[in-house]
Amino acid sequence: MSISLDEVNRIAKLARLSFEEEEKQKLQTELSAILDYVDQLKAIQSKVLGEEYDKDALNLMRDDVAIESADPKLFLDQVPSRHDDYIKVKSILE
Amino acid sequence: MNFTDLTIKSASELIAKKEVSAKELAEMSLERIKEVDDKVHAFLYVAEKEAMEQADEVDRMIIADNENFALTGIPYSVKDCILVKGMKATAASKILENYVAPYDATVIEKLKKVSPVMMGKTNLDEFAMGASTLYSAYGPTKNPYDLSRVPGGSSGGSAASVASGEVIFSIGSDTFGSIRQPASFCGVVGMKPTYGRVSRFGLIAMCSSMDQIGVFTRTVEDAALALQMIVGQDVKDSTSLPKLVPDYSAALSEDLKGMKIGIPKEFFVEGIDPEVRAIVENAIKQVEALGAEVSEVSLPNVPYSVPAYYIIAPVEISANLSRYDGIRYGLSVPGKTLEEVYYNSRSQGLGAEVKRRIMIGTYASSAGYYDAYYKKAKQIESLVQQDFKSAFDKFDLLLTPVSPKPAFKIDEKKDPVSMYLEDVFTGPINLAGVPAMSVPGGLTKSGLPVGVQLIANHFAEEKLFQAGHALEKSLNLKLKPNL
Repeated sequence: MSISLDEVNRIAKLARLSFEEEEKQKLQTELSAILDYVDQLKAIQSKVLGEEYDKDALNLMRDDVAIESADPKLFLDQVPSRHDDYIKVKSILE
Repeated sequence: MNFTDLTIKSASELIAKKEVSAKELAEMSLERIKEVDDKVHAFLYVAEKEAMEQADEVDRMIIADNENFALTGIPYSVKDCILVKGMKATAASKILENYVAPYDATVIEKLKKVSPVMMGKTNLDEFAMGASTLYSAYGPTKNPYDLSRVPGGSSGGSAASVASGEVIFSIGSDTFGSIRQPASFCGVVGMKPTYGRVSRFGLIAMCSSMDQIGVFTRTVEDAALALQMIVGQDVKDSTSLPKLVPDYSAALSEDLKGMKIGIPKEFFVEGIDPEVRAIVENAIKQVEALGAEVSEVSLPNVPYSVPAYYIIAPVEISANLSRYDGIRYGLSVPGKTLEEVYYNSRSQGLGAEVKRRIMIGTYASSAGYYDAYYKKAKQIESLVQQDFKSAFDKFDLLLTPVSPKPAFKIDEKKDPVSMYLEDVFTGPINLAGVPAMSVPGGLTKSGLPVGVQLIANHFAEEKLFQAGHALEKSLNLKLKPNL
């Protein structure tokens, strides 16, 4: 196993995902298999590699001009819990 | 007239001659969907009411303006990870089960200007992560050529909707093969343009540095007509590029004299199905007979594409999918604290493969692992890009298989890594950002379609249309499933 159960717990916390104990063990096996598979990349000598990727890419900018956008109501209609035009969330301070 | 035989080209000629109306085409499409979609399950949502209203409007417009474009009145479908205003967009995930798109994707906005008729939203692997549609939260799509087999994925619903004659074309997306592999499995044409050719605005993000929208059609000529209408720079997508767009239909040719086609030896390795190999080798003979100069080429770093992708993509996925937190939209599962709302909503709303990729991506980008995984994978990506660049210094096109094997059985148990290897021949193209097309190459003895992949240099889509059209004419397959 290239990844421990403690690691699975640590990553799940970072990713804000919760799993049953049984799922965690399955994940440990699956994630280990995936990581073993991608480990073949380590065999490639890094000295022959540059970081020249994306050198042809250019960042496109547009003028800062107001344009018509979609109706805010349509976005607010998607909010699971709201009060008028405010999004309701659980309090974050004790 | 048989609806299932129509192409964009032939249907638009019938519309121009007033031999058929947009409404009649939409009715035929709905009838076919009702006839076969119980078996195929290409659609997650059939837009019956919207389509009939739109078809009526299109007919009034055709009469009023006496003008129509190549796509006007043509029934089509859209992969359910692309936003159509006022319509659900689930990305085949439970977390977006009730999400209604507040705006149109740029491709939809562009299409609305030329008025094809949208028949509904098609199935996919959840958030486009997969190669079979088995990872859809709403059940798999079946291959129209063999209902016990997968249609490929992730755009399996789009491919199946065109192959089974439910619609005439479809809009899908391709991050690592998600248009080309299902096109190959379902015997249709699948076109993935250059990264930056088509706006990604309104495409639900998976791996933003490789996601690209493209088209499914019955013929290469149709792919040229459909792609023409969705390309171009968009201020809403800063990675779309201001390149000139040629007239793709003008590139269609039946002659490949002087065209240099490379056969990358890394794509003809052990493990490739003998029937797939024979079909691809036959296609090589055909392009030679049409006048192309064919020779072998090596892309030495291509074999590292799949492992590199399964670092880069999960890292982007773990960032892109952090937005699904149960607060602003999508499934929200209550909890005692804000954090519990995040945990509960994500854990209940997301499927197993999506979670696996989020976990891998979180791991590979977490402190201490970045250099070993993500940086290394991006370096491999640059080597793959260099390989393609050198190849295109010498060749106009590359020709390869799309997938090592034909469509596999729905109940064939595949572990995550063997599912990832489905994309071994399509994925390198996304790392390089170049355009590629799957063109039907033939059928196996048991009647399963097999595609041939043509690959061109950045923004040289017209060469794919030229060679694809010539190959298609010369093979003259006329594939059709027995549904």
